[in-house]
Amino acid sequence: MLSYHFDWSIILSGTYFDWLVSGLKVTLWLSASGILLSFLLGLCVAVMRMSHIAPVRWVAQLFLEVTRNTPLLVQIFFWYFGSYKLLPTDLNDWLNNHNFEFVAALAALTIYTSAFIAEDIRSGVLSIPKEQLEAARSAGFSYLRSMQYIILPQAVRITIPPLVNQFLNLAKNSSLAMTIGVMELTYQARQVESYTFKGFEAFTAATVVYLALSVVITFLVDQYNNRVLKLHKAS
Amino acid sequence: MDFQVIADNFTYFMIGSWPKGDLGGVALTIYLAVTSCLLSFIFGLLLGLLSVSRHRFISLPTMLVINLVRGVPLLMVIFWMYFLLPAFFGHGFPEIRTVIIALTCFTAAYMSQIVRAGVEGIPRGQLEAGTSTGLKHWQVMLYIVLPQGLRNMIPSFVNQFVSLIKDTSLAFIVGVSELTHVATQVNNRTMAYPTEIFLFIALVYFLLCYSFTSLSRWLEKRLSWRKSV
Repeated sequence: MLSYHFDWSIILSGTYFDWLVSGLKVTLWLSASGILLSFLLGLCVAVMRMSHIAPVRWVAQLFLEVTRNTPLLVQIFFWYFGSYKLLPTDLNDWLNNHNFEFVAALAALTIYTSAFIAEDIRSGVLSIPKEQLEAARSAGFSYLRSMQYIILPQAVRITIPPLVNQFLNLAKNSSLAMTIGVMELTYQARQVESYTFKGFEAFTAATVVYLALSVVITFLVDQYNNRVLKLHKAS
Repeated sequence: MDFQVIADNFTYFMIGSWPKGDLGGVALTIYLAVTSCLLSFIFGLLLGLLSVSRHRFISLPTMLVINLVRGVPLLMVIFWMYFLLPAFFGHGFPEIRTVIIALTCFTAAYMSQIVRAGVEGIPRGQLEAGTSTGLKHWQVMLYIVLPQGLRNMIPSFVNQFVSLIKDTSLAFIVGVSELTHVATQVNNRTMAYPTEIFLFIALVYFLLCYSFTSLSRWLEKRLSWRKSV
């Protein structure tokens, strides 16, 4: 350790800097699309989980148990290595020509995170008084419409802090995409390390970026908590 | 789908090449999870108590360290350890130990938050009552707050253990032959059965994790029932 020479210049400019920046871009793309998709899927699963039709509820429950109780890495490997036997040939061909690594990682991240999001939304919905749903139903809204217009807008507002936490988890978990060759931030940091043997600098750069993401997002949520939720309580 | 490949390699999936070679597969997964769980419980408890300290010069640095670890992906922690430990302890630092240390550092940060929430969940009146009977602050913590707090924390600890079982799959990245690594080996060797292999190990992980998830739910019901009586 004493003989180690720090050389920060290599990761602050030039090729290796470009690698890290391109890795960051992939991480941000993967995270942003994952966040959007997992939120939508989570919303659907949450609504299904609370449905009054038993088989719909069972399907949602099975989905939740399976995705929450298997490792994300195994899900990534399953979609990347194992999904071709379950998908139609045309789709496989198309996927192989369109950055299949990215799609497989995105699918796994979306499905994995949506399960946690669904549970957060569900507990948000459960905190809305039952009378609201009854009132909406008696005003003539169907179950789905009363969810859409009355319950979910309120529930999602309460759920935003835990949701953002899940989004942060997703961004951190996106590092697992490197295992199937998606060239995101961690992948590139590893790459810089193996080309230059400057692992300390490369991992520091990646760590700082992840921390910056967490700090910025956590700060925004705190601001939201302080302003919106307090206003909500005051009214 | 042809699940013959699972039957052919079943012992390898379960215990690796043990007893002729190293322990691997499910057995190593469980070993990693249990060892890291015990260690991270101890460190998590310590960190949690330090983070609720009344002295700011103790609690603030502790919170900083906890949040540092929580802001970084586990994969990054594993790489750091994989890279730093040999630098400090010389080459040939065993990978299994590297992974256990990384998992412990990572999980201890999350465990400390459970401890923190558990301690803060005990009504302040208890602390004050304890202090006014002449106990010192650490005695109040040790004899009054922790025994009650820890019981409330049990379901969360079990949930954290489930996360830990899932997280051991990342040991794959540094070549520790736990279940996921074994699966990729068998997959590389047989080539033609990825769907079967990954479905099978997903099922194994599911059975492991689901049993503990159910345990945590059962404990939650039971403990809250006792409290209400």
